[in-house]
Amino acid sequence: MTAQGNPAGEMSARDTILARIREALRVPAPMPHFQSQEIEKGHAAGAKSSTGLPTLAVLPLDVAKPWLPDGGETPAERLRILAENLEKLRAIVHRLPDMTAAADCLFALARERDWKVVAYHGHPLVEPLLSGVPCSTLRVDVDFDKNRLEACDAGITACESLVAQTGSILVSSGTCGGRALSILPHAHVVIATVDQVVSTLGDALHQAQARHAGRLPSMLSFITGPSRTGDIERILVLGAHGPKELILLLVG
Amino acid sequence: MIANAKKQFLHDADEHVRDTGHRAFVQRALGGYYTSRDTQKARYRDWEHARDAASLAKWSAVNRLDELLPRFVANFEANGGRVHWARDAEEARRIVLDLLRAAKARAVIKSKCMTSEEIHLNAAMEQDGYGVVESDLGEFIQQLRGEPPYHFVFPCMHVRRGEISDLFGKHLGTPPTDSPEELTMIARRHMRRLYVDADVGITGANFLVAETGQISITENEGNARLTAALPRVHIAISGIEKVVEHLDDLAVLLPMLATAGAGQPMTCYNTLYAGPRREGECDGPEEMHLVLLDNSRTAILADPEQRDSLHCIRCGACLNVCPIFKNVGGFTYGTTYQGPIGSVITPHLRGLADWNHLSGASSLCGACTDACPVRIDIHHHLLHNRRNAARTAPHWLERIGHRVFVAVASRPWLFATGGAAFRKTLWLAKKLRPPLLRDWLASRDLPAAPSRSFRDEWSRRR
Repeated sequence: MTAQGNPAGEMSARDTILARIREALRVPAPMPHFQSQEIEKGHAAGAKSSTGLPTLAVLPLDVAKPWLPDGGETPAERLRILAENLEKLRAIVHRLPDMTAAADCLFALARERDWKVVAYHGHPLVEPLLSGVPCSTLRVDVDFDKNRLEACDAGITACESLVAQTGSILVSSGTCGGRALSILPHAHVVIATVDQVVSTLGDALHQAQARHAGRLPSMLSFITGPSRTGDIERILVLGAHGPKELILLLVG
Repeated sequence: MIANAKKQFLHDADEHVRDTGHRAFVQRALGGYYTSRDTQKARYRDWEHARDAASLAKWSAVNRLDELLPRFVANFEANGGRVHWARDAEEARRIVLDLLRAAKARAVIKSKCMTSEEIHLNAAMEQDGYGVVESDLGEFIQQLRGEPPYHFVFPCMHVRRGEISDLFGKHLGTPPTDSPEELTMIARRHMRRLYVDADVGITGANFLVAETGQISITENEGNARLTAALPRVHIAISGIEKVVEHLDDLAVLLPMLATAGAGQPMTCYNTLYAGPRREGECDGPEEMHLVLLDNSRTAILADPEQRDSLHCIRCGACLNVCPIFKNVGGFTYGTTYQGPIGSVITPHLRGLADWNHLSGASSLCGACTDACPVRIDIHHHLLHNRRNAARTAPHWLERIGHRVFVAVASRPWLFATGGAAFRKTLWLAKKLRPPLLRDWLASRDLPAAPSRSFRDEWSRRR
């Protein structure tokens, strides 16, 4: 159907490109001029592979950890950094003592903003919030009509983790109601517990890899603040195509 | 349009440099970027060292592409995606058109993808009768204007809000407004139905993760998320050099891309896709395709000296700090990738003979190299390209000039005589304004010649 065809002994595009790559890499490139001793030392210690190139004795994230922005060592520090980052990103955070308070908070949000329909997915943290909500609801767990989701005012989801370092919320298509629920409605409400806060992006990725071992969800997305654009005269506008509002209900 | 790329460059540069309104507008648009970039950099405990780690991640992947690219492909296909290899632009266009035909596509929605600009995909799709809409706000504006992107990260940074208001009025019938917020909402309202109705979504890819077979897409607006969520078929297009080995390399690269490129802690949406909708998931495309494009990237790979230019993560930081870019503007380059990194790679992609003039589009100040989050030696590569051009096709004037210089400089008596003659006759140059000096003298004062040579002065002071 496409360029994979291989008529009459002609090299396929795949074979041609891989052959070009092998040929190109026969001459090794010099190492970049690193400033850090750790990387230089790590490389000196690294063994040579069959290609004559040094294999990596140090991994980028391992050396970079102390140089990247701080994500906090203790749970209290992480919470403080997360809250600061989310505020700068213009996300709205409600810190709530328990699930009853979270349900009351969602009720108030729906009332204040005059939401007519909110969409959600089946999840032990999400479902209890919806029982008393003063508007109609759309559940997206199984097949759903994307036209109906487009007309929803808010999408309510759980999350995989919250990253203090950058103020990011990690959602997945496997555990957070698919791909569209967290991006198509005008507002995105995330319900999470304080024990879901991790320090760094690396921690969040490692946790997701361990949780979904061998079978990653088809989408993992770090959401860092409400949708935004600066395309017109570099002036910040919230709500370009994704949610204009990102609201975190943080329980515990 | 002038046939010769160099003449076109000189003509456009001259025009843009004289347009002080354009220059002031671009400088002002970048003003906020400098402030936020510095604020975000300060959050790093050591930005300079973090650049080492980012550089290491890309260096180790690019130099092991022979091993990592097949590994990525195997994992991507195990996730249920399909890979298509394209040696050049023509092959890539044909692959995408075949996929559109197979999908019986009627409407196509696209999120920002510079690789698709590189292969001129939109024109090919439109020629075949497909309606294509760019969903990124800046790209949408450029599509309506019928212009390529001005800057590969900020596509319409040269356009004033009034022009956008007129443009939307003309194409979408909306009332005039001078509010960037209202203009953004017009595009938002216009686009929402298009995501829902499109059969095929086309995106780029920022990183290909070898160990997991995921592709990573970075964006602020949410349009790429929608493009990969709602249509039935998702096609991603990527250069072969975008591979990284480990998933956690992205914990270094994603925040640095955002900080260097746009002065953000993280871009708003950083999304990893592992194939189409899985069993048990409630939505997502039924098919996911990835077009892997060479298009002369292997030629850069074959040059060990400039191989690191394949480390580029397309953050655009080098454009934002470049005094040449800020004066001549993005269109003058006449390339898909503008600015310093574009000047380095374009001669490889399109031929050194026709594009070497870009190697001179630099003050060699090194601001680009300092700004690069993955430590590409950009301004030295511009010098390397100049050297390579001089070696392969030296200009006759340069050849004679160098020969004369060698003859004179290797004979001290001739050097002294020549110097004396030069000092005595320099005033003539000012008066006669010979053709080669005329442009230079038009904006500069020629200093007076010293009365004695350096060697005379040296022996006198001893």
